[in-house]
Amino acid sequence: MKRFLYELEESWKIAVAQMRSNLTRSILTALGVVIGIVAVTLMGTAISGIQVGFDKSMAIFGDDVLYVGQWPWRQVNDWWNYRDRKKIKAEYADSLNRMMAATANSNLTIAIPTSSVTRNVKYGDSEVGNVFIRGTVADYIITSTFDFKEGRFFNEIESRSGAQVCVIGYDVANALFPSTSPIDKSVMIGGQPFRVIGTITRQGTFLGLFSLDAIVVMPLPAFQKYFTAKSEAEVLVKVKDKTKLPEAKDELAGLMRRVRGLPPEAKDDFSINEQQALKSTLDPIKNTIAMAGLFITGLSLFVGAIGIMNITFVSVKERTKEIGTRKALGARRRTILLQFLIESTALCLLGGFIGLTFAYFMCFGIGKAFPSFPIQFSFGLVVASMIVSVVTGLVSGFAPAWTASRLDPVTALRYE
Amino acid sequence: MMNSNVPRPAGPVVIDIENITKDYVMGEEIVRALRGVTLQIRRNEYLAVMGPSGSGKSTLMNMLGCLDTPTSGRYEFNGRNVAEMDDDELAAIRNREIGFVFQTFNLLPRATSLRNVELPLIYAGMDPGSREERATQALTDVGLGDRIQHKPNELSGGQRQRVAIARALVNNPSIILADEPTGNLDSRTGEEIMALLEDLYRRGHTIILVTHERDIAAHARRTIHLRDGVVESDEQTFVPRMETVAAS
Repeated sequence: MKRFLYELEESWKIAVAQMRSNLTRSILTALGVVIGIVAVTLMGTAISGIQVGFDKSMAIFGDDVLYVGQWPWRQVNDWWNYRDRKKIKAEYADSLNRMMAATANSNLTIAIPTSSVTRNVKYGDSEVGNVFIRGTVADYIITSTFDFKEGRFFNEIESRSGAQVCVIGYDVANALFPSTSPIDKSVMIGGQPFRVIGTITRQGTFLGLFSLDAIVVMPLPAFQKYFTAKSEAEVLVKVKDKTKLPEAKDELAGLMRRVRGLPPEAKDDFSINEQQALKSTLDPIKNTIAMAGLFITGLSLFVGAIGIMNITFVSVKERTKEIGTRKALGARRRTILLQFLIESTALCLLGGFIGLTFAYFMCFGIGKAFPSFPIQFSFGLVVASMIVSVVTGLVSGFAPAWTASRLDPVTALRYE
Repeated sequence: MMNSNVPRPAGPVVIDIENITKDYVMGEEIVRALRGVTLQIRRNEYLAVMGPSGSGKSTLMNMLGCLDTPTSGRYEFNGRNVAEMDDDELAAIRNREIGFVFQTFNLLPRATSLRNVELPLIYAGMDPGSREERATQALTDVGLGDRIQHKPNELSGGQRQRVAIARALVNNPSIILADEPTGNLDSRTGEEIMALLEDLYRRGHTIILVTHERDIAAHARRTIHLRDGVVESDEQTFVPRMETVAAS
C-alpha cells in the first residue's frame, strides 16, 4: 500500500514535469477536454436550471390542493369525451363547502371557486394585452403562493360585496405604472374601472411557456358581473393532510358526483387534478430532453478524450527507452500502467479545471445578461465534472498505458 | 587489500547458469542466440563478458540481468529459479538484486541526480526520508555529493555515468551489471569510471562487465569469451598495470 502511494506520488511528479516540458502540446490536447467540459457543464447547468424552474412552476399549484376542472391535466387521446362535459361552475364551491362541513373527519378543508378569462388592461394611454383575469374569493390567498410587493389581497367584505378592486401581477404593474405606485389607481378592464389594492411580486414563467405575472385577480361577484361569458371556472380544494391525497381525491370525487347528481353507474363528468399527476406527466419529457442534451454535448467530450488517447500513445512511443530503463530498475507492469494513466488523467483534470472556470464565468455572464434564462451553477456540478474529467482521463489513457506496461524491457531498452 | 594480484577466494554462488539457450524468431527463421551456456558467478567476482557482435553477448547480458528468460536451461539467482518467473517477479529481482549501468547512461532527463538515484528505492517502496538519505549517500560514494540537485543536462558525461552507477548501487544489489559503461565516454573519463568500478569491487561488490574492448575487459579478474552462442574461453586474468594504479 505504501509502495503504491510512493509510486503514485512519483507518477504525479513525472506527469507534471511532462506537461511542463511539452507545454504547447499539453495545452492543445487539454483544449479538447476544455471544450467538452464547457459543453457538458453548460448543459448541466441548463438542465439543473430547467429542473429548478420546473419545481418552481410545479410549486405554484401547491402539493396539498386538488383542482376540479373540466379537463384532466394530461394528454388525452379521446378529447371528444371531455369536450362535451358540463362546464364547472364557480357555485360548486359553495355546495362543496357545505357538504364538507357536514362530513365528519373530512380530509378536505375548503373549496375555493375561481373563474378566469383573458382581457386587455388599460391605464391612461398604456395598455397590456392578454392578461389573465381571475375572479375568486378572499380565501384564495390560502392556496396561492403569492407574496405582495405592495398593498394587500382583497378581504372578505370586498369579496362578498363584489367591490371593483383588484390585485395586479408584476408584468401588469410594470407595464402600466413604470415609475409610480399603482396602489389606489384605477385600471380599466373590459371597460370597467378597478381600483388596484395590491401588487404581486415576480412569479416568473410557467415552464418558460407563459408569464405568471400577466395576471389580475378580483372578487368573484365583480368578475361574474362583467366577464362571465366564455369564462372557465375551476374549483380549488385544499386538503387537510397531504399524505392522504388519494383518500382526499376519492372523497372529493364523491362530493362532486353528489353536486352533479350523477347516478351510480354514470362515469365522472369532471376531472380532479393535482400537482403530482401533472409532474409525472411532464417528468419523462423533461428527462428525455436532459438525456438527449447530455448525450450530444457528451460527444464533444468524447472527441477530447480521443485527443488525450492519441497524445498518450505518442508519449508512450517517445519514451519507450525510458519505460525500458524504468523496467530495468524494477518498475512492474502496474507501475508503468499507473504512470501513464496518471499522465492522461492529469491532462484531463487540467482541461476539466480550465473548462469549469470558463463555464463558471459563462454562466455568470449569461445569468447577468438574461436573468430569466434558467441556469444553475452548483457545487455538485463542479464535483460531477471533475469526476467526469478523471473518468475521461482513465478511459482514454488506458489503451496506451496498457501498451506501455506490456512492453518487453529488452526491446524497450534497445529502442532509439 | 594485502594481495589483490592473486584472485581472492570468492563467496557463495550468486548466479548459477546451466546449459541455457535462447532462440529468437525473426520472421521465417529462428536465430539461436545462445546455444547452451553454463556459468557460475560468485559473490565479489569481477567478471568481463567479451565477444564480437552476434556472439550472444547482449543476449547473455539480458539473461544475467533478468530482463529476459531463457528458452531452455536452468538459471538460479541466489538459489531462486529465474527461468520460471513472471514479469513482475523478474521486476522485483531486477529491483533488489541487480544494478544496471548502461552505455547511454539512461537517466531521466528532467529529474535531478537525487531523483534519478531514488527511483529504484521508490519501486522498492522505501519511505521518502530514508530514500533521500540513501540516495545522497550513494551519490557521495561516487564523488557527486555536490551535484545532487543537478539535472543530467547540467552534468558532464563522466558525471552522468557516475549518477547511473550511484543509481545501480543504491539498493545494495547482489550484482552490478555494466553494459559497455565507457562506450560513450572519452578514454580519460572512461578510465575514471573504470577506477570507480575497481573501487566498488574492492569494497566487496560483484561486478559483471559486458564489453568488446580488450582494454576495458582487462580490468576484470575473470574474462569469458563468447562465440556463436557458446562460451569459448573462461579464464582468470591478471593485469599488473591496473593493480599498481589501483593500489597507489
